[in-house]
Amino acid sequence: MEIRLEGVSLSLGEKEVLEDLTFTFPSRKISILWGPSGAGKSTVLRLLNRLVDPSEGKIYLGEKEIGLWPVLKLRQQVGMISQLPYLFAGTVLDNLSYGPKLRGVKTDFESRGRELLAMVGLEEELLFRPSGQLSVGQQQRVNIARTLANDPQVLLLDEPTSALDERASGQVLALLGELRERLGLTMIMVTHSKEQAREIADHVVMLREGRLEAQGGGELLEP
Amino acid sequence: MGTYIALSLGDLALALLLIGITIFLSYWQKLGLGRDLLVGTVRSFVQLMAVGYLLQGIFDLQKWYLVVLALFVMIAVAARTAYARQSVRWGALPGQMFVAIGASSLLTLGLVVLLILKVQPWYNPRYVIPLAGMIIGNSMTGAALVVNRLTGEIESHRGQIEVALSLGATSRQAVAPYLREALRSAMMPTVAGMMTVGIVQLPGMMTGQIIAGTRPALAVRYQVMVTYMIAAATALTTIGVALLAYSHFFTRDHQLVGVEDHGNQA
Repeated sequence: MEIRLEGVSLSLGEKEVLEDLTFTFPSRKISILWGPSGAGKSTVLRLLNRLVDPSEGKIYLGEKEIGLWPVLKLRQQVGMISQLPYLFAGTVLDNLSYGPKLRGVKTDFESRGRELLAMVGLEEELLFRPSGQLSVGQQQRVNIARTLANDPQVLLLDEPTSALDERASGQVLALLGELRERLGLTMIMVTHSKEQAREIADHVVMLREGRLEAQGGGELLEP
Repeated sequence: MGTYIALSLGDLALALLLIGITIFLSYWQKLGLGRDLLVGTVRSFVQLMAVGYLLQGIFDLQKWYLVVLALFVMIAVAARTAYARQSVRWGALPGQMFVAIGASSLLTLGLVVLLILKVQPWYNPRYVIPLAGMIIGNSMTGAALVVNRLTGEIESHRGQIEVALSLGATSRQAVAPYLREALRSAMMPTVAGMMTVGIVQLPGMMTGQIIAGTRPALAVRYQVMVTYMIAAATALTTIGVALLAYSHFFTRDHQLVGVEDHGNQA
């Protein structure tokens, strides 16, 4: 699903965090939000699933303004992958069933859990492992699987590899590419790594101090 | 009731000997508490005397509206005190404290006075006022503890709460583990008190009755009731005020408020 911002601004107190942003994240593509620290990249992600609302302007998911979606439904459709995994206490299975259970979905959570683990490249033995016993790389994959359990159309990724070593980051990036192909997800990722971004970007949006600096294809990230 | 030794003001003056010992110890050990002890001595005398005469008035007049007024003042002061003990405060909090402490205290008091003791008339101040004092005092402590803990838990788990919200949780669902933690910690002193009552110390209620001439075997019955009553009042108040208070941290659209000041938003 396409996401469009029209004249979006956000002020927090005196501070203008985002200023008059107008651009589009294309459907079924991986878009990279690029910019220096403090450019407002994470704030844009937070706007898209309404963890915060803009002071001015409109945001559309498909044809519908996001304020017109029931907010819980919107967040199920627009999944967020946080920078830190923040897994809940309990087992991996508890984490993977959290979203669907909130919505009262009745299903065989165990087989669904195995399916999700396979999707993010983790062994199914991990299903009953307490979340605290996972490596950081495993935790971040479970974090992704936990959001995928909601069957989202859009994935927001806030520096999903920043806590991972090179090998684990490479695996997570490969996974994202695969998810784009297999599930046709629209993905928007904030990252600090230009190599990573170049590797995976279909579309790039560059921000600086809350303003749009440029948008276009992956060539924007060429040195 | 048997006879008991009434204190004259002269007897009370002799009790100043005890304060003399305390002040002497303070000077001897250079605690620097002499001035505060003097103020405390005068204040405790004046406050208790005033309350004594006020209660005497209420007891003598036997008017239901005076009893109700006294309850109202007690609840208002308790709400204000519980509010003043908070490190994080907001405009609606005193009202929320008042509603929670008031509703749960009156409910507990009603059950004790009407159903268990069957006091006649229902507003008999000799029963209603002391029982209300114990209920409201414990409710106040519980309310102060639970809100302090809840705000601390929410502040320190913003990341987890926002993850739950992004997965489609309502604010109530997202805050549930922290609400539970706050309630448990606020109930803990009451539960611990139930475990040791009568062993570590004899509670004031029972001590008072025994000195006034009640046989200990009967006085403990009151204390058992008071223990249960305090447990109920604390549970009701803490749950009530926590459910009212958590909503301060969320918008109607299940957004965690104020996160912009804390979270990483680079």
